[in-house]
Amino acid sequence: MTSTFAADTFSALTGGWFLDNAWLLPVVPTIGFFVIILFGRRLPGKGSEIGILSMVASLALALGAAVQWITRVNGAAEEQFVEPVVRTWTWWQAGGFEFTIGQHVDGLSVVVLVVVAFISTLVQLYSVEYLRGDRRYTHFFAALTLFSAGMLAMVVAEDMILFLLGWEIMGLCSFMLIGHWWEETPNSRAALKAFFTVRTGDVGLLVGIAILFFSADSWTRENLGVSGFSIRGISAWALSGEPNAAAITVAAVALFIGAIGKSGQFPLHTWLPDAMAGPTPVSSLLHSSTMVVAGVFLVARLYPVFFTGLDILGPGANVIMVIGAITIVIAAALAFVQSDIKRVLAYSTVSQLGYMMLGLGAGAWLPAVFHIFTHAFFKACLFLSAGSISHSASHHSFDMKKDMGGLRRYMPVTFAAWTVSTLALCGVFPFSGFFSKDEIIDNVGNNGYTLFMWVGLGGAFLTAAYMTRATYLTFFGEPRGAAAGIHDDHGADAHSANHDDDHGHGDHGHDDHGHAQPHESGALITIPLVVLSVLAVFSGLFNATPFGESWEYMKKWVEPRAAVVEVVAPGGPGAAFAPLAAEGHSDSPCGVSTPEKGVCYAPQVNHAKFKWSKALLSLAIVFAGIALSWLLSVRYYGKRDPKLVGLTSRNRIAKAGYDLLENRYYLDALYEKVVVRSIAGPVARAANWFHLKVLDGILHAVAAAIRGLSAVVYRRVDQGIVDGAVNASGEVVSSAGGALQPVQSGRVNMYGALLFGAAAVAALVFILIYS
Amino acid sequence: MLVNQFLVLGAVLFCIGVYGVIARKNAVLVLMSIELILNSVNINLLAFALRNGSADGHTFALYVIAVAAAEVGVGLGLVLLVYRNRRSIALDELSELRG
Repeated sequence: MTSTFAADTFSALTGGWFLDNAWLLPVVPTIGFFVIILFGRRLPGKGSEIGILSMVASLALALGAAVQWITRVNGAAEEQFVEPVVRTWTWWQAGGFEFTIGQHVDGLSVVVLVVVAFISTLVQLYSVEYLRGDRRYTHFFAALTLFSAGMLAMVVAEDMILFLLGWEIMGLCSFMLIGHWWEETPNSRAALKAFFTVRTGDVGLLVGIAILFFSADSWTRENLGVSGFSIRGISAWALSGEPNAAAITVAAVALFIGAIGKSGQFPLHTWLPDAMAGPTPVSSLLHSSTMVVAGVFLVARLYPVFFTGLDILGPGANVIMVIGAITIVIAAALAFVQSDIKRVLAYSTVSQLGYMMLGLGAGAWLPAVFHIFTHAFFKACLFLSAGSISHSASHHSFDMKKDMGGLRRYMPVTFAAWTVSTLALCGVFPFSGFFSKDEIIDNVGNNGYTLFMWVGLGGAFLTAAYMTRATYLTFFGEPRGAAAGIHDDHGADAHSANHDDDHGHGDHGHDDHGHAQPHESGALITIPLVVLSVLAVFSGLFNATPFGESWEYMKKWVEPRAAVVEVVAPGGPGAAFAPLAAEGHSDSPCGVSTPEKGVCYAPQVNHAKFKWSKALLSLAIVFAGIALSWLLSVRYYGKRDPKLVGLTSRNRIAKAGYDLLENRYYLDALYEKVVVRSIAGPVARAANWFHLKVLDGILHAVAAAIRGLSAVVYRRVDQGIVDGAVNASGEVVSSAGGALQPVQSGRVNMYGALLFGAAAVAALVFILIYS
Repeated sequence: MLVNQFLVLGAVLFCIGVYGVIARKNAVLVLMSIELILNSVNINLLAFALRNGSADGHTFALYVIAVAAAEVGVGLGLVLLVYRNRRSIALDELSELRG
């Protein structure tokens, strides 16, 4: 730790136009949104071309930023902290307090920016075909563009205010998009449910931001010269050893409640499956790269706060791990009883988000972020495949049991994309999901949380099984229902609301397919599928730990290095990042003890060494899941084995389990019947009781007393004195009223004119008096 | 001084609002004019807050915004009911309260 060290070993970091101007990323789609809203209807593409153009521009900016960030990291020394590219401007000031707005671009931002811009571009392309002829086509693209803008703004945000802004824009847009076909009551109910459930969590986020600001503000101003809203300020404060333990713990829990709501974690996951009421491209965007990832991103972004506040890597289990683990299992179990293909995928998303949370809670920061990256591609691909099926094969139905089956012969491209993505989701080597999910499970075990590692492995088994079931029902066996060309009213069953996807297609109903045969979708649908499935295969190679350290690109480029950095002069953001010393990666004090002579921006975490023995165990579990589920599916759905069919009505245990899952653990009933009613009912009853007993009682007593008194007063005072006076004044008023009657024209405008005239006269009088 | 321009803007907005309230027949447009008046007041509050360097004016302006939101809610509710009953929201036809 020598003082000359900094000058000798650390090279200056390179920047670049794209990194300096990353703030343009959310700005471009925001402009696009306004152009679509104002002029979209008059454009030849009804606004879709503006949406696509703005997303392509964002993607180009994101890729440029990624390339320059990689150059920046590669140019830095081995253990040097690669400072984020921070730029701030004054947003507004009030009462001597300055609020800033700005960008904070580091590895994490760059990864998520690229993923969001990429998936958004493909989803918009896909929507051009999928929603052709929709009655609110232009509005759909406007909302979709603003949705992406919200996510991008949140990702580049320098401070928590802008972060919250992007977060809430997404909440609003998800409401608009889920309720896109709001003419159907279930759709608008689903939109409201999503909005209110997420808002419940948002209260936590708001409280957490406030607590962080009031606890950290003085420290960050003194040491770094930034406000207590700035993300880097909060991060450094959290690892400085200064924070009050209670304050930071409460703040972390509050922030995590926000993440639970947004990322659909137990117990606020109930909105996510209902969000399937929206058009399929929306589900795809919502469930892969935006919205639900926001909660995970929040935890990853403010990781030092959670690290210190919740004692991550400590001996006990913390709340993030527990919630993540519960979510993995319960959501995966729910996926087994769904007949709607999109609901299977929805529960699968919830379950995968549980993996990310589990990883973050167990100190596996990088694997969790890597899982965001890979999951975005294969999950978007799965959703778009489901959309492709409903669009071209099952007449806008999403019911796997009734309207699908045997589709692999008719839709080869969709089938291939689905299969590849399913293998990636299950975590089969060498598809992308294997690298990320296995790394999470591996690191959870490596950090000493053995029980949670087994939960993760159990979740992998369940994932493989329910995806195999869905694949069998959709693509194998014989075509059923709409897929076989039977035109029954497929919207008549209990789940009708969720796969009545044909609303708004208007002239694009059943009949213009011309033939009853299922067929492959058009190029605008298959091209995004192919691109995404290629990435579902290869995106895992960005951090392929099995192939050795040279393949760990994500670790090198994305993970913030846990080095102590010296604070040279508070005031300039650049000055705050001057490096102090090259601590060995393993004995950095960051997150372990109070750093001396500097600050930390990222805690020190461990990385598990990859071992084939562990990977083979999880692969074996996955294959067991696939095989078992396949055998059961063939016997149950294919051959209708009498031993299995009707098991739930014969066996009490099986029936109890099925009922529990079918009713979604009664959580929806709990929220709607118990929570809402227990609050609404007693409050109403208490108010009624208070009204009847207390208020009315007082009123009756007072009334009786007054009645007695008034009888006396009436005879003595009223008749004699008052009436005489009243009659006389009545005469006066009546004659004055007659004179003023024309003024009372009954016209509001007239009254307004009189009011303002009087005010003007009064103002004149004041001016004359005081001047 | 910059405050002057803000005050002039506020006054102009106020006059436009008053004109709208007096001259417009459409109830929704009258509501919008009232919003203009309220916002001209906001501008004045902010202008003086800026000059005095205190946050009081900002707080008041936020308060006014909240009250204005409530006011529009009630106002639109009234307009909606009037429309349901009379199939018209022309204010000059609403003169039952004539003296």
